[in-house]
Order: sequence, then structure tokens, then C-alpha cells
Amino acid sequence: MDWQGQKQAELWMQILLLVFSVGALATGYIIGSFRMMMLIYAGGVFFTTLVTVPNWPFFNRHPLKWLDPSEAEKHPKPQKAVVSKDKKKSSKK
Amino acid sequence: MHSFGYRANAVLTFALTILALMCAIASFSDNFNFPSPSAEIQIVGFNGFKKKPHGNDEVSLTMNITADLQSLFTWNTKQFICSDKLGFGCPMTIWNPFFFVFVAAEYETPQNSLNQVSLWDAIILAKEHAKFWIQTKNKYRFVDQGSNLRGKDFNLTLHWHVMPKTGKMFADKLVMSGFRIPEEHSV
Repeated sequence: MDWQGQKQAELWMQILLLVFSVGALATGYIIGSFRMMMLIYAGGVFFTTLVTVPNWPFFNRHPLKWLDPSEAEKHPKPQKAVVSKDKKKSSKK
Repeated sequence: MHSFGYRANAVLTFALTILALMCAIASFSDNFNFPSPSAEIQIVGFNGFKKKPHGNDEVSLTMNITADLQSLFTWNTKQFICSDKLGFGCPMTIWNPFFFVFVAAEYETPQNSLNQVSLWDAIILAKEHAKFWIQTKNKYRFVDQGSNLRGKDFNLTLHWHVMPKTGKMFADKLVMSGFRIPEEHSV
């Protein structure tokens, strides 16, 4: 799942659960059945799980574009880290 | 949200938080139910009034109980208790809402300002059965602690206990007064 997909999955999880809970509560209250409220909500949780938990293809529409290896070779990593490492080693000695 | 496990965890915790909130709202919704229960108890007759060997008065009576307690049922009602033997021998059926009712005789004696004796109880399993009429003898013995019952004025009180599916259990009662026990022992 890419970054956009993760954001979308979380957003949809919250929206779906809230919508199902409000729907379940309203239906249960109107028809006077606590059991029906629980059943609708359980169904809603199951549906939400099915939609947002597995790594569906539609959560992978924005793949990260890494640089080509050839491109990376043209911009070598700064050597600073290596230098500082040496300095530390020398200082320890 | 980067892995299956994290997403499953997020769905579960958020779903349970909402579930708790829904239960709280369901419990709160009971406040918008304004019940108007009605009940009437008539004493058909006294079948016996005797002094037991150790001196306690015992009364046996037959009564007509008419009650309409349907308005006490809400969608959040699991059990409605209309008896004072709370929970004893009750079928604790979680999925079927029911309620429990009891009739108590209440009177005053020199020793105690309130004496309560349970005479009859019932469990009502469905709203349709909450409107009922029954003629019954006292199911439990009406015995005083002493011999104070001759010519005693007493109340018959219909108590009920409502057990909601979520939220606080509550109880209420209807008091019917103006009953009097015979002056003389019949045996």
C-alpha cells in the first residue's frame, strides 16, 4: 500500500464505521430493535474490514518513483558521513 | 496503516470505541421514554387469618391484579422485573427481553415503620405480556413478625425492576392503599 493508499484507507475506515453506526442506531431506534442495531453494525464492521484492511489494488495507484540507478550514480552520496566517522575513530584513539 | 496488522488493529479499536458510544446513546435514549404504567389490585377475599403456634399472624388472601406495564418497555429493555425475589430462578435469557414484577404488602407496626411482605411475583418475557390480568392467591406466605395484623390497614404495592440491555437498571412502584385485614382470627 502506498502513502496515498494508507491515507485513503484510514479515511474510509473512519467514514464507513461512522456511517454504519449512525445508520444502525437510527434503524434500531426507529424499529425498536436493539438486536437489529447490533446486526447492522456488525455487518458494517465486517464490510469496513473487507474494504480497508486487505491491500487492494486501488490503494496502490500512486507508487513512489525512485530514481534510476544510473541517475543515482550521477549524484553520489555526500562523503561527509564517512569523514565524520573517521574523525570519531581518530578522536577515540 | 502500512501493514495488514496495523489496519486490522485500527479498524477493531475504532469499531469498539464507536460500539461503546452507541451503547451509551441507546442507554441515554431511555430518558425520552415517558412511561405511564397503570395497575389495580383488588382483594377478592381473605381465605384465612390465623395465629401460628409461636404467635405470628398469618394471612391468606386472594387478589385480582390488573396491570398495563407495556409503556415501560423500550427497545433497550432486556428484563423487567415485577417481583421482589430478584433473580431467583429467573431464566437469564440474554437475547429475549423480559421483565420482572412483584406485589408486596406494606404496613406499619410499632417496632418497624415499614414492613414489606412479598405476596406474588412474575417474570414477563415479552412486551405483549406486560398487559395482564390475574386472579391469584398469595404465592408467598404473608406472615407478620409478631401479632400486629388484626384490623391492620395495609398497602399493596406493585414493584417492578427494569433491566436495560445497556445502562443503569432502574426500579419503580405503584402504591395502592386502603386495604384492611379482618379484626378476628378465622381459625
